[in-house]
Amino acid sequence: MSWFVSYVRSSVGAKQLMAVTGLGLVLFAIVHMIGHLGMFSGRNSYNAYAHFLQGLGGLKWIARGGLLTIFVVHMLTGISLARANAAARPQKYVVQRYTRTTFYARTMALTGLVVLAFIVYHLMHFTLGWIQPDYFHHLDDKGRYDAYSMFVLGFKNTGILISYLVAVTLLCLHLAHGAGSWLQSLGLNHPKYEVITKNAGPALALILIAGYLAPPLGVAFNLIKL
Amino acid sequence: MSDMNLTLHIWRQAKGTAAGAMKTYQVKGISEHASFLEMLDVLNEQLQEKGEEPVAFDSDCREGICGMCSLVINGRPHGPDAGTTTCQLHMRRFKNGDEIYVEPFRAGAFPVVRDLCVDRKAFDDIVAAGGYVTANVGSAPDANAVPIPKEQADRAFDAAACIGCGACVAACPNSSAMLFTAAKVAHLAHLPQGQPERLRRVKAMVTAMDAAGFGNCSNHYECEAACPKGISKDYIALMNRDYAKSVFVAKDAKAGSDGAG
Ligand code: HEM
Ligand code: FES
Repeated sequence: MSWFVSYVRSSVGAKQLMAVTGLGLVLFAIVHMIGHLGMFSGRNSYNAYAHFLQGLGGLKWIARGGLLTIFVVHMLTGISLARANAAARPQKYVVQRYTRTTFYARTMALTGLVVLAFIVYHLMHFTLGWIQPDYFHHLDDKGRYDAYSMFVLGFKNTGILISYLVAVTLLCLHLAHGAGSWLQSLGLNHPKYEVITKNAGPALALILIAGYLAPPLGVAFNLIKL
Repeated sequence: MSDMNLTLHIWRQAKGTAAGAMKTYQVKGISEHASFLEMLDVLNEQLQEKGEEPVAFDSDCREGICGMCSLVINGRPHGPDAGTTTCQLHMRRFKNGDEIYVEPFRAGAFPVVRDLCVDRKAFDDIVAAGGYVTANVGSAPDANAVPIPKEQADRAFDAAACIGCGACVAACPNSSAMLFTAAKVAHLAHLPQGQPERLRRVKAMVTAMDAAGFGNCSNHYECEAACPKGISKDYIALMNRDYAKSVFVAKDAKAGSDGAG
């Protein structure tokens, strides 16, 4: 395995590790978003979906373990790359003018870390039930855990709504760069699908921001009610 | 247009180990036809007349082909124009009364030797690690003895246009040398002569690049924008692809030496 260790320690290998783990996180983010859009189909079907996920048993724990692993690998590799990159220019320029890069590409470590902090909070809120414990134990009329009402009651709280809006925006800035960048890192480029490599990041970021913000805003504007 | 007077802020540093600082100079009567380096020559004459140390900067061909000139001018390597080396940058690009900041290419792997001169030996080390083909040298082969499709030859030539100036490193927010290394990898990867050692080469050159202390690529593409020869970031994708192959596909993964790719 020493060859694998030297691969992930190389500049190209570390970037490819970021790309593969980042892609895994993006796929999760898409599935998670689609799950949340279920809020628009009403209490019954949303709770059925939550019930289905809860009932996966061993599979659920495998998925959680896998997700946690790629998260930790992505985070640690990202931080180590960001530090090495800052150290590679010990003396900064007095004047430096960028022409191609974007502010969101240059703040990947920052947006990543804020999103991480939010995800910890998000898990404490909706998975562990520590933030609003009173809303965490409702059952619906079929005796299922009432994820629907927890969602609605949660986002009736303005502070929670705003923290969520901010976090989703930062995640989408991270992905505006990341969701296209992984193709280049893995060497997947060709003039034929250049339009995808160029636009995948911003396009996916817009789709995700819309998809993630719709259900909480639906609650805020009373389109989704108890 | 007439001659112009300029305020220059220039990085002065007596030697690599000394501390440096920006110093301000006035130059007068610069012709709009002068190149940026000729403007610095005028400054140096003025300094010498006053008994001051002239500003050290690199140049050689002064016709945009050797890659010796460097300088970050107002925050951009080789100055404001695309596809231009500092020696080909003309003063008509500036206005009378302008303030111009002139700094050396900045990277830990490019230590300052003096003032605006940096040591770009790290690039030589990358090329020495694999930027060649191992072939018996005899008399020159006949032209076209090895058939090469036109598109391949063009792509190889586009990569080979790299003059190794280091503007890619200077422009990169991470001081990464990926564009330079990729150009050297790609120019041989597009030619039949480069195939036998293709994967060994990419592995050795990336290893040398990492050892020199350059940063990692974050796909900002400032390198491509700064490159005076317009080397494409697509060569970086090719290098990424070949590097993964050298690790996961080459038979002798440890040495990465089974050339077949
Ligand atoms: C745990 C907190 C996170 C941190 C500290 C973090 C950090 C980073 C950094 C520093 C990069 C840039 C690497 C480079 O180009 O040098 C990056 C890239 C990326 N991140 Fe994250 N990130 C985090 C969370 C996420 C999440 C939640 C997602 C997806 C939902 C994600 C998806 C991506 C993608 C797709 C890339 C692009 C990979 C590439 O350029 O090849 N990241 N991340
Ligand atoms: S001096 Fe040769 S390229 Fe500028």
